[in-house]
Amino acid sequence: MKLRGRHLLGLDGMSREDISLILDTAVSFKEVLERPIKKVPPLQGKTIVNLFFEASTRTRISFELAERRLSADVVTFSTAGSSVSKGETLKDTARNIEAMKIDMVVIRHSAPGAAHFLSRVVKANVINAGDGGHEHPTQALLDMLTLREKYATLEKLKVCIVGDIAHSRVARSNIYGLKTMGAEVSVCGPATLIPRDIERLGVRVFHRLEEVVKEVDVINVLRIQLERQESGLFPSLREYHRYFGVTKEKVAKAPKPITIMHPGPINRDVELSADLADSEHSVILQQVTNGVAVRMAALYLLGISN
Amino acid sequence: MKLHLKGGRLVDPVSGRDEALDVLIIDGRIEQLSKSIAADKSIQVVDLKEKVIAPGFIDMHVHLREPGFEHKETIETGCASAAAGGFTAVCCMPNTNPVIDEESVVRYIIGRGKQVCEGVVDVYPIAAATKGRKGEQLAPMAELAEAGAVGFSDDGSPISSSEIMRRAFEYSSMYGRPVIQHAEERTMTHVGLMNEGFVSTRLGMLGIPRVAEEIMVQRDLALLRYIPHARYHVAHISTRGTLECVRAARTEGLQVTCEVTPHHFTLTDEVVSGFDTNTKMNPPLRTQDDIVAMKEGLRDGTIDAIVTDHAPHTVDEKEVEYPAAPFGIVGLETAVGLAFSELVETRYLSLFRLIEKLSTNPRKILSLPQINIQEGELANITLLDPSFEWQVDTSSFKSKSKNSPFHGRRLKGKAVGVLNNGKFLLCE
Amino acid sequence: MKKTKIIDAAGFQRTINRLAHEIVEKGKGAENLAVIGIRTRGDYLARRIAAKIEEIEKKPIPMGTLDITLYRDDLRGRLDQPQLQSTQILFDITGKTLVLIDDVLFTGRTIRAALNALMDIGRPAEIQLLVLVDRGHRELPIKADFVGKNVPTSMKQKIDVLMNEVDGEDAVFLVESEETEIKR
Repeated sequence: MKLRGRHLLGLDGMSREDISLILDTAVSFKEVLERPIKKVPPLQGKTIVNLFFEASTRTRISFELAERRLSADVVTFSTAGSSVSKGETLKDTARNIEAMKIDMVVIRHSAPGAAHFLSRVVKANVINAGDGGHEHPTQALLDMLTLREKYATLEKLKVCIVGDIAHSRVARSNIYGLKTMGAEVSVCGPATLIPRDIERLGVRVFHRLEEVVKEVDVINVLRIQLERQESGLFPSLREYHRYFGVTKEKVAKAPKPITIMHPGPINRDVELSADLADSEHSVILQQVTNGVAVRMAALYLLGISN
Repeated sequence: MKLHLKGGRLVDPVSGRDEALDVLIIDGRIEQLSKSIAADKSIQVVDLKEKVIAPGFIDMHVHLREPGFEHKETIETGCASAAAGGFTAVCCMPNTNPVIDEESVVRYIIGRGKQVCEGVVDVYPIAAATKGRKGEQLAPMAELAEAGAVGFSDDGSPISSSEIMRRAFEYSSMYGRPVIQHAEERTMTHVGLMNEGFVSTRLGMLGIPRVAEEIMVQRDLALLRYIPHARYHVAHISTRGTLECVRAARTEGLQVTCEVTPHHFTLTDEVVSGFDTNTKMNPPLRTQDDIVAMKEGLRDGTIDAIVTDHAPHTVDEKEVEYPAAPFGIVGLETAVGLAFSELVETRYLSLFRLIEKLSTNPRKILSLPQINIQEGELANITLLDPSFEWQVDTSSFKSKSKNSPFHGRRLKGKAVGVLNNGKFLLCE
Repeated sequence: MKKTKIIDAAGFQRTINRLAHEIVEKGKGAENLAVIGIRTRGDYLARRIAAKIEEIEKKPIPMGTLDITLYRDDLRGRLDQPQLQSTQILFDITGKTLVLIDDVLFTGRTIRAALNALMDIGRPAEIQLLVLVDRGHRELPIKADFVGKNVPTSMKQKIDVLMNEVDGEDAVFLVESEETEIKR
């Protein structure tokens, strides 16, 4: 059983078989994570570099843990701000690091396509840990693993992604992955944050949470960035919370319990009410646990193919 | 120099001729034009069987980068690229450093143009419409025109202020030079990287909406309606909406002309999917429907000219993540091949109409003298091979820069030679 | 291709019974005993042996399944990657006497991987090795404590173990391979 490509750049175009393989493999790694010694040897001797050009504590820690638990040697390179403002280009940075004989690169960058670009200029396997508003494949995979654990299958599962769809890589990767696995996906948010022609990706568009809660099994709540307000895409956080914030009251009107997901970090009581985030229907912490297992699976499957 | 152009087909929109004719050229001047010319050992014979003799092509929208950005292109390499692509004249845009907003820069560029490539390519500067291309104060248009500027444009940037655009129309109209607008409503486009639509949504890239172009053209047309003696030329149109605005304005009788680039009638935004920065240009690649519109506009005459918007950037500048890359691609050496393949082969345009859009029309827009292919006249000729099949190889480009999305593309039709100012050059 | 049945269904059952008795005898009972089967056939074998010991000793024997994929020394670069499966050992192995069970003992590399895997899970008091067939050709210093049948083989031969649970029949075959030398 092998992945089709040498890299994990996104879920757009990834086959159902490949997604299933990663999720099945992640299930095996969940068992490893329950052991007293949470470390296994398959990537012994492999060197992995985490290139984080964008601040991100959780994704970085999750990847580092996954790498170390596979016994890889790990180097993390973080830089605040964008590489664009720095003297050295991304290509130079990557080539320099590769000259130090590394096997895999995990990249987080503000530019859509940065991981694709990297995969063209280095020989190492590349894993996309988020490229601008484009994709964040491991996040969507861990979301899918969490949902598969809860519902056994993703087939026909009704998932709504709520928030700033226009700028969200989490939304895109989830749409691609969930659609491929047979789920019914919708999005909900203010019209200014719903990108053009998104219906053509096969998703339904809502602007009212009241309508969403009537029909879905799952709501995946996205983090709202304050800078969207500053650029005039919505009027105020208060108004956003009132109409698009996912709260216990709004969800209470649902005919069946709705599972609540969030990629973190949460702006409590802005996009998601605190009581709901901590409720029995929230799977937010399972998402975090599954994040390590999914990343181990992706790293393992790419790492052993060399 | 004695040249016998033998066995070719002369297609000349200026005289309306389309017939098999031999041409005898001595020292750059057309000595004889007839069905057959007697062989003479002292004369070099150029076999033009199945090939076409056309008036020299002009690309009225080129960035030569000199002065200021010689690492991307120089007047010399730009002219070499133009000649290799079949052009005997180019108009260079003013976004240089210093900007072409004073006569000394105009004179420098024209002078340099005469020195390079043995003068086979005429260089006509287009001067800035406003000082420093800042859109705040008019550039000294009278001086610039007198020094040889053939039009005014802030290309690269739009003339955003309605007041300044109005004054540019008024002032330039005194000298019969067009104002060439890079039509873009900047408040809507400043963070955009590609056409806004399904593909930008899929790729998570911020979009450049089509209306940003259309709004600017509509505003300019409203101004033109108010100042009808001005002349307005819309640079590189890219959307069906823009085309329809221009078409309606033409019907109404306004003095508006427009141009399109080969990439805008060949490629859609789908090609951005691989994040190749050679697909990043402004205006961005649009959709299939826009391509159809561009071809219709070329056919019905709404679009007057085909231009390249030749915008050289170095490999280092382009080999970066998509948002960090500069806009623009080179085009001089692929334009004729693309125009043949996409327009003539597909029967959107006759050869005759194609030559109009690459020679006659742009000269008309810029009030440049037409090329007379007549006995006694200086020869200014582009030679074409409509059935030549070839593959684009950027490494063979004469341009200093190789930023083309067409590398590896198979084309049919090519310019095979240029002749101008007494210099004859084969295009390789 | 020539196939010789070296253990039939009845012999298979007798072998399992004997091995179970040997374990009990050697351990003087089944106190502190647990069995671990290596996926896939070692797992089924372990279940049968555990059941038999339970029958003899009248007490439950902890039983676990070990997937050694992550510990293989030939993991990388294989064209045909094995699907990673779970290890399921739901009891604490620390302090236990473990009987590690596999169908065929050959180079010893699988057992090496299994030992490493077990060490990552806990610290057993003792590990004993049980195999149905020992065909020789060891590449590592590993020796089985309980052997169903010693079958001297050449490198051209292959041992096929069939089990009711997966193959619909209990049998062991000696197969003459057509390849000049089988891959280890």
